[in-house]
Amino acid sequence: MTEHLEAGAYNFAYLDEQTKRMIRRAILKGIAVPGYQVPFASREMPMPYGWGTGGVQVTAACLVPEDRLKVIDQGADDTTNAVSIRRFFQRTAGVAVTEATPEATVIQTRHRIPETPLKQGQILVYQVPIPEPLRFLEPRETETRKMHELEEYGLMHVKLYEDIARHGQIATSYAYPVRVEGRYVMDPSPIPKFDNPKLSGNPAIQLFGAGREQRIYALPPWTKAESLDFDDHPFETSKAPHDCDLCGAKDSYLDEVITDDAGGRMFVCSDTDFCAGRRARGMKGRLWAPKPEGVA
Amino acid sequence: MYVAVKGGERAIDNAHQWLAEERRGDPAIPELTIPQIREQMKLAVNRVMAEGSLYDPDLAALAIKQARGDLIEAVFLIRAYRTTLPRLAASRPVDTGAMAVDRRISATFKDLPGGQVLGPTFDYTHRLLDFALMAEGDAPLPQARPIEAPPSPFVGEGWGGGAPRMPHVTGFLNRDGLIETAEPGDATPPDLTREPMELPADRALRLQALTRGDEGFVLSMAYSTQRGYGRTHAFVGELRIGTVAVEVDIPELGFAVEIGEIELTECETVNQFKGSKTEPPQFTRGYGLVMGQSERKAIAMSLVDRALRWQELGEDFTGAPAQDEEFVLMHCDNIQATGFLEHIKLPHYVDFQAELELVRKLRAEVQAMQEAAE
Amino acid sequence: MIAASDALAGGFTEAPLQSARAFREILEAMARPGTIRRVQGASPPPPLSVAAGVALLVLTDPTTRLHLAGRADCADVRHWVAFHIGAPLAAAEDADFAVGTWDALHPVSRFRIGQPDYPDRSATLIVECDRLAPHGPALTGPGIETATWLNLPETAAFRANRALFPLGFDTLFTAGDRIAGLPRSTRVENI
Repeated sequence: MTEHLEAGAYNFAYLDEQTKRMIRRAILKGIAVPGYQVPFASREMPMPYGWGTGGVQVTAACLVPEDRLKVIDQGADDTTNAVSIRRFFQRTAGVAVTEATPEATVIQTRHRIPETPLKQGQILVYQVPIPEPLRFLEPRETETRKMHELEEYGLMHVKLYEDIARHGQIATSYAYPVRVEGRYVMDPSPIPKFDNPKLSGNPAIQLFGAGREQRIYALPPWTKAESLDFDDHPFETSKAPHDCDLCGAKDSYLDEVITDDAGGRMFVCSDTDFCAGRRARGMKGRLWAPKPEGVA
Repeated sequence: MYVAVKGGERAIDNAHQWLAEERRGDPAIPELTIPQIREQMKLAVNRVMAEGSLYDPDLAALAIKQARGDLIEAVFLIRAYRTTLPRLAASRPVDTGAMAVDRRISATFKDLPGGQVLGPTFDYTHRLLDFALMAEGDAPLPQARPIEAPPSPFVGEGWGGGAPRMPHVTGFLNRDGLIETAEPGDATPPDLTREPMELPADRALRLQALTRGDEGFVLSMAYSTQRGYGRTHAFVGELRIGTVAVEVDIPELGFAVEIGEIELTECETVNQFKGSKTEPPQFTRGYGLVMGQSERKAIAMSLVDRALRWQELGEDFTGAPAQDEEFVLMHCDNIQATGFLEHIKLPHYVDFQAELELVRKLRAEVQAMQEAAE
Repeated sequence: MIAASDALAGGFTEAPLQSARAFREILEAMARPGTIRRVQGASPPPPLSVAAGVALLVLTDPTTRLHLAGRADCADVRHWVAFHIGAPLAAAEDADFAVGTWDALHPVSRFRIGQPDYPDRSATLIVECDRLAPHGPALTGPGIETATWLNLPETAAFRANRALFPLGFDTLFTAGDRIAGLPRSTRVENI
């Protein structure tokens, strides 16, 4: 029973050892069948379903005491849910934390892939709300499981093609489905399609955890993940047609910030570490001014 | 100049501090104690135990206190705690036939062996606010008038020494072959809390999901069957509430030891009959079993259980929500539901921005086409 | 024959931390087929290697069926497994995990390859080797940038296994404290 919770203390990374073994087995099967959603007996975590319980369980199963953990939500390290999850692991695993993408060994994310390219030795853990890419076309798990088994992805193509017929282009801007190594169609979690190219051929291990839906899936390093498209309507990324107003970056994904009630707005990098790093190296955007003295 | 919003950590701390103050309320009012909640908010405690899947009245009371009376939040606290508990043993199946009943009623027979026992029920109370309860201090309790116990009706088997047994109404029907036989099975039931939900589910798994499912959801599903969405013509064959012993096999001793007792509510419905040219007509059953005194939930559960059995009983699928196993099982858990529902208040700047750009682009294209046409 | 008390030794002394570190190595091994990693912390009875012992401690428990093949199926190993892991022993056809030399595991077509709708329900083989070296048939596929090489005990069985994809078993190779992975997704050069 030494591995169990003592009064007032947590097992390393909160989960009991048997639970971690179960999750670890699921992760390895996910690695072995890239893009296939492995069912796992997701546990009830001390945070709500839909708030990253899948990602938290995957991270807990992967963490070692020597890790440096980064947690981002919407690309930012300081959003409240990222703060809350980071704190959870500081408390229960005692790991070091960082905001710097290159220094992190494990990165848990919601809705973004960092702008700074990842590298070998890093693990990117995605929080996934609805892991089933076919769910919005077919609500029944019993049906979608069959569709994956038989590689019946026609429905998805029909949906995308209807978009083109109606709007002249594919009207999916985030959670844009990918085909993994020519086999499973996979939901990349609600990242903007801007991030889709980073899924493919990435040197890091990418793990996806959906707690409420009880699924884990994975992209091993260098795995091919092609965004679905058509010959005459190839996949395109998109972002706001602006530069970052703080660091001047031309090629990063931007958040739009409303600055007044007269239509004023600015665009800033959603990846706060990337943006701060550029500013620290002296790069400036249209509206950047250092904080005046005395302002906290 | 723009300063990005910072200080998430401090904001969280401050919010939690404020929450703690709000939980306590006016400090001039004495603080609720756990025993007070356990004893005087017992039905809330029961609901938290049932949906939290953990039989511990003190912890459920604590959860209610901590959750400021938000029962779903309290269920969540119990579920999260429960996950961390080691599983030391599995009990033997509890024997509701040996239940020490506080309440036992049948809607199908006017009288029956063991009698109708009303017990502590809201039934037949007139729902008039009792202003006496507003007064400080204990209101005098009405005295229960003793009823002369009828002579024991039990004859023959089932009443031989040992603990008195309270036979099930469905057992009486079964004696005449009037109701389907529920065959006992030795298969280890699947465990919803340790294995991912797999569909199609067997009845044991469905019942597990329903017994910890949200009372409101299960109630509405049951109600919908009564109104015709998967109607099953249910009669409450029997509803019983009381305590049963929990026994655990001790392999070293070679026999089972009683480790405690729990309060349960059990409902068996007698439903529309089925039959064919070869099989004489028989009533069918629905079953509900819930921790604590939770009779609304137990009755509702038995109706939904019965509606979900359409396939096994050779009935038609009418498209009713309560017949749809995947729909019911995937949506009855209020902890899953509330988490996912409430997560949409988390930041979604990134995906919203992606949609915003797409809509702007599509609008610009439409506008350009219109201008070109003019 | 070791004394029964020896079965009590050889497990992790600090399970949460040791299994976390070891899993991370196993994850890297499986995610990057052909790379050879080191693990530590277990000293299982012979003939099991340290790495095989670690893999068993990290991945198996009373909920997984374990097949002991050939010389691995001995009283010492059985006692050790019973005490430290509690995995029920099973025939090859029913196993979630199997451990033994390549010869002892043969024919590997006995092992579970998953179901078309649940390809994850397949066996993981822990193949005990004399040594692991980055020479041998070229490996390509997910987890591999261009190619890696590993001294596989044979190629035909792994090529046949790959042909079943997404079904198939997954393999860990162990030698001493070294471990390497070969998931079913890896394409093995025909030599």
